[in-house]
Amino acid sequence: MESVARPLAQSKPKTTLGTKVKLLWSDRTLLLMCLPAIVFFLVMSYLPMPGLYIAFVNFNYSAGMFRSPFVGFDNFEFLIHSGTLWKLTFNTIAYNLAFIVFGNALQILIAILLNELRTKWFKKITQSLMFLPYFISFVLVGLIAYNILSYEYGLLNSLLKSFGMDPIQTYSNAKIWPFIIVITYLWQSTGYGSIVYFAAIMGLDSEILEAAEIDGANALQRIRYIVLPWLKPTFIILLLFSLGGILRGNFGLIYNLVGANNSALFNSTDIIETFVFRSLMNNFNFPLGSAVSLYQSIFGFIIVVSANWFMKKVSPENTLF
Amino acid sequence: METTMARTRGQDGTSTFVRVFGYTVISLFALFCVVPFFLVLGTSFTAEKSITLHGYNLWPREFSLFAYDIVFQNPRLITGAYVVTICITLVGTAVGLFIVAMTGYALQRPDFRARNTISFLIYFTTLFQGGVVPFYIIMTTWFQLKDNYLSVLLPGLMTPFLIIMMKSFVRSIPHDITESAKMDGAGDFRIFLQLILPMTTPALATIGLFIAIGYWNEWYNAMLFLSPNMDFRPLQLFLYNVVTSADFVRNSSVASNVQPQDMPMESMKMATAVVATGPVILFYPLVQRFFIKGITVGAVKG
Repeated sequence: MESVARPLAQSKPKTTLGTKVKLLWSDRTLLLMCLPAIVFFLVMSYLPMPGLYIAFVNFNYSAGMFRSPFVGFDNFEFLIHSGTLWKLTFNTIAYNLAFIVFGNALQILIAILLNELRTKWFKKITQSLMFLPYFISFVLVGLIAYNILSYEYGLLNSLLKSFGMDPIQTYSNAKIWPFIIVITYLWQSTGYGSIVYFAAIMGLDSEILEAAEIDGANALQRIRYIVLPWLKPTFIILLLFSLGGILRGNFGLIYNLVGANNSALFNSTDIIETFVFRSLMNNFNFPLGSAVSLYQSIFGFIIVVSANWFMKKVSPENTLF
Repeated sequence: METTMARTRGQDGTSTFVRVFGYTVISLFALFCVVPFFLVLGTSFTAEKSITLHGYNLWPREFSLFAYDIVFQNPRLITGAYVVTICITLVGTAVGLFIVAMTGYALQRPDFRARNTISFLIYFTTLFQGGVVPFYIIMTTWFQLKDNYLSVLLPGLMTPFLIIMMKSFVRSIPHDITESAKMDGAGDFRIFLQLILPMTTPALATIGLFIAIGYWNEWYNAMLFLSPNMDFRPLQLFLYNVVTSADFVRNSSVASNVQPQDMPMESMKMATAVVATGPVILFYPLVQRFFIKGITVGAVKG
C-alpha cells in the first residue's frame, strides 16, 4: 500500500484551481478509465455509509431512513444494557484471535515442512489437496460439517458408537462449537495461507541454507535460525492485516455451520455479522443492526489506525499505509 | 571428505527426524482436507435406508443412484440454477475483469496525478463500511433490485484486493513501454487495450478466475435479494434451499411423483452438492496454479 500513503505531500507548489483543473483535464483518459471502479465503490461502499444514521432513529419503513423519528443513543443503550454488544464483541474477537493464532501457526508449520520435503510429486499433490477446501462455497462447508456432526447419521457419532461410546447432541451443545468453528476454519484456509508462507520461503536464497548445512546445521537449527527469522516480516504484515479486521467476523463460515435459527448455540457462536444479518432478515430491527455495524466500523477503524501507528514506531517498512 | 559427504543434504539424525515428521504431518493434514469431500460423494451414492441404518459413509454400503435420479427427474430446477449461475459468472467476470484491469493499469501509472487519491478512496472501503442494513435498503428501495439478478451480479464485480493485485502485476511491466507508445502518439486507452492487456494475460487469467470462483460460490447476495418467488435461483442458493428446507424436498417429491416418505432426503442433499460443486473440482487441477500466482503476488503487499 505504499503508494496510497501520502496523497497530499506531493502537490508541493501552490496550485490554483485553474491549473488543477488543467492537470486533471490532461489526465482525462486515465480518469475515465478509473471512472467505472470509482462509481462502483461510491455506490456499493460509500452510499451505504450515511445510512448508518439509521442507528439513531426509530425506523419506520414507510417514512424511510431520514424521516423516521430521532431517538439518539437509545439503540446503543439497549445493546449495552442487554449485554448483547459485549457478547458479540467478545465472540467476534475471540474467534478472530483463535483464527489468527492457530491459523498462522499451522500455516507456517505446513510451509516449513513442505520446504523440508524432497519428493516433488508428493509436495505437489499434497499442496493441491490442502488448497482444495478454499474453492468450495460456504454452503457446502456447512453441509460437510452436517455430514460429520449430525446426531442421527453423522460420521462422528458413527465412530463414537462403534467404540461403544454415547453419541453427542452436537447441534444443541453450545460448548463444543468454538472447537468446531476453529477446526473448520483451519480445514478451509490452511492450504491457502500456507501458500503465502511457502512462497516467502522460496524467496530465501537457497545458498544460505546450503552453506548452513555444510557448516553442520541440522534441519531444526536451519529452521530456527534462518527460515523463521526470514518469515518474520511476512508474518507481521499478515498479522497487521488480520488485526485490522479483528472486529470483522467470518460470517459465511459461522452462518452456514450454525444455521440461521439455532438459538441454542448463539451464546458461543453469535458474532457481529450474524447478529446484524438476523436483525435485517429475521427480526426486521434495522436500527439495532445498524447500531452494531456503526460500532464495528468505528472501533475497527480505530484499531487499524492504531495498529498501523504502532508499526510505524516499531518497524516502519512493514506498515499498511 | 567423509564428513562433508555425510553432512550434505541433511543426513544427520535430527534432519531425518524432521523429514519423517514432515511426511507424516503433511500426509495426515492433506488427508484431513480431502476426506470430507469423499464423505459427500460417498453418501450421494448410498441408498437412503442404508444411511438411516448406518449413517453417512465414505464408501456406499448399498450403492444407489436414486438420489441423482430424483435430482435429474425434475431437471428444470437444477438446470435453471445452472443457467443462472453460468450467465452471472460469465457476464460478471468479463465486465469485472475489464474494469479491474483498466483501473489497475491507470492507478499504476506513475504519471497519473490522481492515482494516490483514487487508490486511497478504494482502499478506504476495506477500513470503514456501512454494514449490510443500509446496503440492503439502498439496493432494494433506491435501485429496486429485489428479485433482480443484477443484485447478485453487481456487488461481485470487483474487490479492492483484486485491484491491488492487478497493480502488482502491472508494476512488473516497464513504464518505458507506455512512454514510448505515448511518444508515438498512442492514447492512454489504446496503450492499455493494445499493449498492456496482451502483456498481462497471466494476470488477467488469475484475476478472472478469482472473480469467477466468487460468482460460482456466491450465495450471500442471492440470499439477501432473491426471494423464493423467483423460479430460478443461483446454484449455491439452490443447494442451500435443498439442504435447509424440508418444504423444498416436499415440493420436489410432488414434482417427481415419489411419496414424501420415500424421498431420499439425505442422499439427495449430497447429490445436489456434488452436482453444484462438480465443475469447480474438475477445473481445479487446471487452474490452481493461477490462484497460487495471484496469492503470492497480491497477498503480501500491494
